[in-house]
Amino acid sequence: MDEFLQIAVSGVVTGGIYALIAIGFVIVYKATGVINFATGELMMLGAFFAWTAMAVAKLPFAVALLLAALGAAGVGALVERVVLRPMLGQRPISIIMVTIGLSAVFKGIAQVVWGGEYRSFPAIFPRKPIELGPVILPSRQAWPFLIALAAIVLLAALFRFTRTGTAMRATANDQATAFGMGIDIRRVFSFSWVLAAVTAALAGVVVGVIGGISPQLGAVGLRIFPVVILGGLDSIGGALVGGVVMGVLENLAGGYLDPLFPGAGIKEVAPFFALVLILMVRPWGLFGTREIERL
Amino acid sequence: MTSPPASELVLSIEQLALSFGGVRALAGVDLQVRRGTISGLIGPNGAGKTSLLNCIAGFYRPQSGRIVFEGRDITRVPAARRPALGLARTFQNIALFAGMTVLDNIKLGAHCHLETGVLSALAFTAEARAEEEALREEVERDIIDFLEIEHLRNRSVASLSYGLQKRVELARALAMRPRLLLLDEPIAGMNEEETEDMARFILDIQEERGVTVVLIEHDMGVVMDLCDQVTVLSFGEQIAAGTPAEVQANPEVVRAYLGTSGGG
Amino acid sequence: MIIGNFKVSYADDEALFRTPASRAWLWVLLGAVVLFPFLASDYLLYLANLVGIFTIAALGLNILTGFTGQISLGHAAFVGVGAYATAIVATRLGLPFWLAVPVGGLASCLAGALVGTPSLRIKGLYLAIATLAAQVILEWVFNNWTGMTGGIRGLNVAPAGLWGFEFDTDRRVYFLVAGLAALHTWAAANLFRTRVGRAFIAVRDRDISAELMGIDLFRTKISAFMISSYYAGIAGGLWVYFAKVVTPESFPLSLSIQFLAMIIVGGLGSIKGTIFGAVFVTLVPEGLRAVVQGATAYSPDAMSWLAPMKDIVFGGMIVGFLVFEPHGLAEIWNRVRRFFWLWPFPK
Repeated sequence: MDEFLQIAVSGVVTGGIYALIAIGFVIVYKATGVINFATGELMMLGAFFAWTAMAVAKLPFAVALLLAALGAAGVGALVERVVLRPMLGQRPISIIMVTIGLSAVFKGIAQVVWGGEYRSFPAIFPRKPIELGPVILPSRQAWPFLIALAAIVLLAALFRFTRTGTAMRATANDQATAFGMGIDIRRVFSFSWVLAAVTAALAGVVVGVIGGISPQLGAVGLRIFPVVILGGLDSIGGALVGGVVMGVLENLAGGYLDPLFPGAGIKEVAPFFALVLILMVRPWGLFGTREIERL
Repeated sequence: MTSPPASELVLSIEQLALSFGGVRALAGVDLQVRRGTISGLIGPNGAGKTSLLNCIAGFYRPQSGRIVFEGRDITRVPAARRPALGLARTFQNIALFAGMTVLDNIKLGAHCHLETGVLSALAFTAEARAEEEALREEVERDIIDFLEIEHLRNRSVASLSYGLQKRVELARALAMRPRLLLLDEPIAGMNEEETEDMARFILDIQEERGVTVVLIEHDMGVVMDLCDQVTVLSFGEQIAAGTPAEVQANPEVVRAYLGTSGGG
Repeated sequence: MIIGNFKVSYADDEALFRTPASRAWLWVLLGAVVLFPFLASDYLLYLANLVGIFTIAALGLNILTGFTGQISLGHAAFVGVGAYATAIVATRLGLPFWLAVPVGGLASCLAGALVGTPSLRIKGLYLAIATLAAQVILEWVFNNWTGMTGGIRGLNVAPAGLWGFEFDTDRRVYFLVAGLAALHTWAAANLFRTRVGRAFIAVRDRDISAELMGIDLFRTKISAFMISSYYAGIAGGLWVYFAKVVTPESFPLSLSIQFLAMIIVGGLGSIKGTIFGAVFVTLVPEGLRAVVQGATAYSPDAMSWLAPMKDIVFGGMIVGFLVFEPHGLAEIWNRVRRFFWLWPFPK
């Protein structure tokens, strides 16, 4: 039972981080209808920004986090303005591919700037593990998880209580009407990319602090697809639930199935089997909107 | 008005009801169309005309009622099977295939009458070649010549004017070899010359080919000129039916139209 | 300047190559393809084989994605299914290559039907994600079904042989690849001269109106999936006799993305564009390698820049074409040709 609890709790930790990544993805999808395959690479860039601030410029963690967020915001705004705005109204295949192209470019640039090696963050948090009853969480997992949680709460508050958040929700609901009500849609699009990039950067830092960073860090981005499909592509709450469920599922598969099939890496592939299942049964996920066919 | 003998009926609709959520689009509509006639469906916006057409074409599933086409109940026949039975339609807001030429759009109409399968298509067997050549000749002779669009064959449909697009849509519907042709606002948005051409085509289709036509139109002049029979819908209900003259004289029709744009 | 070309029958107008000039160019091209192995270096032949195999795979993807509008992020995995099926029947059952390669095509075709089945319920972005899952899961199967696939060590296959002739060098394999690439290009072009191909395009452009025109959506989409993955399987089978070994890392997600890049750069929904795209996307990294190798004379560690430069150029190419030339190289080709047609009186 204790083993189960331990696995479940570290699943929740993984899941919280997935949820944060997924929220960045959902923000862009909700506001602009774009499936962002570059989410992982935005994370990677953000993580490198923070790492550079800390390891090279020797700045404290909080400042590094802020700088990473600012840098990512700039990248997000640039990407939206230069690449995605001209693509408005193109076929889904083109929009998917343009974000895939961007991810390759980001990966290449990161390799040029930071090199291909693996790097780890300087020690930031107290080393003492956190004990929750029978469950022991290493501090390298616990603290980043708390950061992820704080970021999620902050984002939720932003959506619910600020004017910009309301404008974004209105646009997601009905673009034409929002436009008619005087909401500047282009600003909303631009802002949602900025917000998504910042979210991704925070997630990148969290992932990087736990496991180190390299230009390959973006590969984690693939893991969000099971999460967002389970939660519903356009649901922020869904991203949260989906993240936690997939995190736990993955850790349970890893904890109980991997020892039976050594080397098979079931932990990595289990969420994708779940993904196929969800697409067959309920493609719009737990909380997503069911699309309505029109001529 | 005496009801026609059943053998002459091409289309017979009985008590058709359709609603979306709580919104009632059709509330028990009856419609009878005799072979070789042109019937008009008129009514103010939102009266349920297009909904009715969509039910006949199979795009909407009515909750109750029956649609009988040439003596066969087709209410539950899937949309994709209806063209093979002899039903064809055009769309209110043009639904051509933008990535194809005019010629390919028209050829597509004949899809359900052709037989080439995937393997013979890949190998372009003698049968596939013969089928395509026969189709090309049919399309040239019976459709392209007839609708006077020889010069447009290889143009992409996206580059055509609105009026010409409507004409290509009619061409595609003719390639479906219909016995009943459903036209959703065939002349809306056309200039006078285009309107006259289109009216002439519709009359020719009926007179020379014996195709039965059901059309929705807002232009009352055209409806009165073309149609043998007119049905008036308002809020999903049939409020009048008869010859154009009878319908025009019906006080209820006048009331339904008061204050709406339909005077034409 | 070409003033006009007159046809005496509709059949002439329906031919794949409609003018005497284009037919003449076709013969010139075929001649060049046949003569190429007698003149080219081993390295060029290696590249030509790569291009040929990728052309077949990319044609399959363009039929599915460019012509039918169904996005697939799992095309490389289907190439893998074909490769493994070919290698397995060749090594275990000892089938000759001319049976083993079609078996690869058929195996992949069945896998395609399976993955395509949900396409009736889900479309667009959802289908893209479903095919992504297929890619991840199939890659996992290649790695872990050790009994069949040999796991990460893979399967070694003897060269193809026919009546005592061994296709053991790139020069000899070239004839296999070129022959099959030509055959499959011809077949793909044929497809779009018939009702089958027209239905594909109609489903891409407006699926609901296509249905009202009497097109069975499910049948059409599943056909597109099956043809597409059959092409992928044939490419996989050829890969086996080209590389002589099949390993799981030959069919990663990045290869699927490379196939998508080929059809976007070449032209979505264009047969000749597919060939342009396969050539371009395969050769650009090689050109880059040559440039970087040249640069080592000035900066000894220039080679370490090759990998990131490849990423940047590859990504930049996709973004650039999508933003500036969404119809790809095929459209550029048409523009150039129109110019010469009207020359010396360009409008």
